[in-house]
Amino acid sequence: MRVTERYINGVVLTGLLVLPIWALAMDEPFTITLATRAVVLALAAVGLNLALGLGGMVSLGHAAFFGLGGYTMGILAYHAQTYSTLNLGLFSTDGTTSMPLIWLSAMVISALVAFFIGMLSLRTTGVYFIMITLAFGQMFFYFAISWAQYGGEDGLSIYVRNGFPGLNTLVPIQFFGICFTLLCIVLFLFARLQASPFGLALNATRQTRSRVQAVGLNPTRIRLLAFVLSGAITGLAGALFADLNRFVSPTMFSWQLSGELIVLIVIGGVGRLMGPVIGACVFVALEHFLGALTDYWHVYLGVVLLCIVLFGRGGLIGLLTGKEGAHV
Amino acid sequence: MSSILIVEQILNGLQFGVMLFLMAAGLTLIFGVMGLINLAHGSLYMVGAFAAAAVAGATGSFFLGLVAALASAALAGAIIEIVVIRRLYDAPHLDQVLATFALILIFSEGTRWFFGSFPLFLNIPQALSGPVTLPGGIEYPLYRLSLIVIGVAIAGGLWLFIERTRIGIQIRAGENDREMIAVLGVDISKLYTLVFALGAALAGLAGALVGAIQSVQVGMGEPVLILAFVVIVIGGIGSIRGAFIGALLVGLTDTLGGVFLPEFLGLFMEPGAAQKSGSAIASMGIYILMGLVLIWRPTGLFGARA
Repeated sequence: MRVTERYINGVVLTGLLVLPIWALAMDEPFTITLATRAVVLALAAVGLNLALGLGGMVSLGHAAFFGLGGYTMGILAYHAQTYSTLNLGLFSTDGTTSMPLIWLSAMVISALVAFFIGMLSLRTTGVYFIMITLAFGQMFFYFAISWAQYGGEDGLSIYVRNGFPGLNTLVPIQFFGICFTLLCIVLFLFARLQASPFGLALNATRQTRSRVQAVGLNPTRIRLLAFVLSGAITGLAGALFADLNRFVSPTMFSWQLSGELIVLIVIGGVGRLMGPVIGACVFVALEHFLGALTDYWHVYLGVVLLCIVLFGRGGLIGLLTGKEGAHV
Repeated sequence: MSSILIVEQILNGLQFGVMLFLMAAGLTLIFGVMGLINLAHGSLYMVGAFAAAAVAGATGSFFLGLVAALASAALAGAIIEIVVIRRLYDAPHLDQVLATFALILIFSEGTRWFFGSFPLFLNIPQALSGPVTLPGGIEYPLYRLSLIVIGVAIAGGLWLFIERTRIGIQIRAGENDREMIAVLGVDISKLYTLVFALGAALAGLAGALVGAIQSVQVGMGEPVLILAFVVIVIGGIGSIRGAFIGALLVGLTDTLGGVFLPEFLGLFMEPGAAQKSGSAIASMGIYILMGLVLIWRPTGLFGARA
């Protein structure tokens, strides 16, 4: 049976919305938390999909932005909750527990860092790019470990989840609602961007760089902008992830997480709008069900992944629609 | 600060550097010849360390442990090359990253399954334990000194192998034009398996040698792998000479930065703050070095000009 991608997208989003509501009715808050986790991971992977899927930049260091978002939330909330002042030289702040402000800060900081990493790493392509992004990601990991003021290796606990005007974020379904809404907004923007002149140009830089240059566009600038946007979205997801766990630690910067974000995209389908969302749902489900069966579920994940790479092309969406490529 | 401390730290940096070279040499060879990015190289390092610890623990002989490390890592390398890696040579980089990431998951969790989560210990052989007095009255652990000697010897041997032997010539020819040497009658798939197994053996040897001064545990390979990537980016992909220079640079920067940066900052900061910010900045030292090299020469110190 072949179905269209649009149909799959609708089913997945509806399912992701109905599951927590059903869990609320059945009084199973843990399922809501699992769904929130899937939504937040999906958001992070949508960010990466912009760079990796559309722009063909295989970044193995996106955990850097995820962690930066997390630590932005952790540091701002830490100062607000301990009534201490964060002094940054030029300006100082007393921190905040307001989610919108935290999101904005997380996105701005991630975007700035993405700009610098992009400036350096986009001078190169291919394998160099992979290794350099991986190395910069690791740089933040070690920096977070040695930064004793904010918990170092032990991480930083935030005891009360940050607030959103008019909502009680400590109620799981309300926090899910916030995350789900953000995911939908970002997916909408992603779809618009994909179809915009910028998206088309980005797609073209992935396919034939020299032709983009020949029509008078600057491929490096296009790729850099995409990388910055991608970092900002992943940073936003990091802030939400930290709020979900009420905890940040250097593991948010770990290279395994960067790898897992790529895995999410590939399970669903590279460069597809809903690829990361499907990937995140499958991943969280695998983690939950296989993890309950055996502590060594990563072995099976590895085998599944190998099979996808060696035998299946186009991820789950490709399998269902019968179309390998995302850009037909 | 005494000159003894400085010499000691330089030797530590060199020791770290030559061990990184063993990792980076295999990676850069595999990339240069086959065009493959191999994330699972760290797993081969781990395989070597575990094999050495298990065999040395069972037989009591460190030397047998080293032989086991070389053999098992080379074997593991040859097997994954034949079963998985071979299908990836013409695949996009994304597929290579994913497949080798999957291999890491399988190796790491498989090892945890088999050996458990607790670290194993590999003891330094009796003959190489204890300190040795260097000219100038500096006491330095004999084992670490032997690591430097072994590393430099292997670097020299590898250079001779690549430059002077028939297989070395074929490897270099394969880097330049794989169709051409296939046409000339070289069995290219055997050559690839050989190069991969050679790289794996070097990684396994590094794992076993370093395993004796650190603990042997799951996940030990990946931090070293990422450092080896930094080495390759600095040295230039595909260049053995670049890998050697890059490895020494990274080893020295990391070791000396960690020791001397806090002291240096202490000159104009209060000691506590200098210690904290010094160690935080030092942890980023090699990445800053990498950034600088990239700004100066995007293809690395000895990489081919684009």
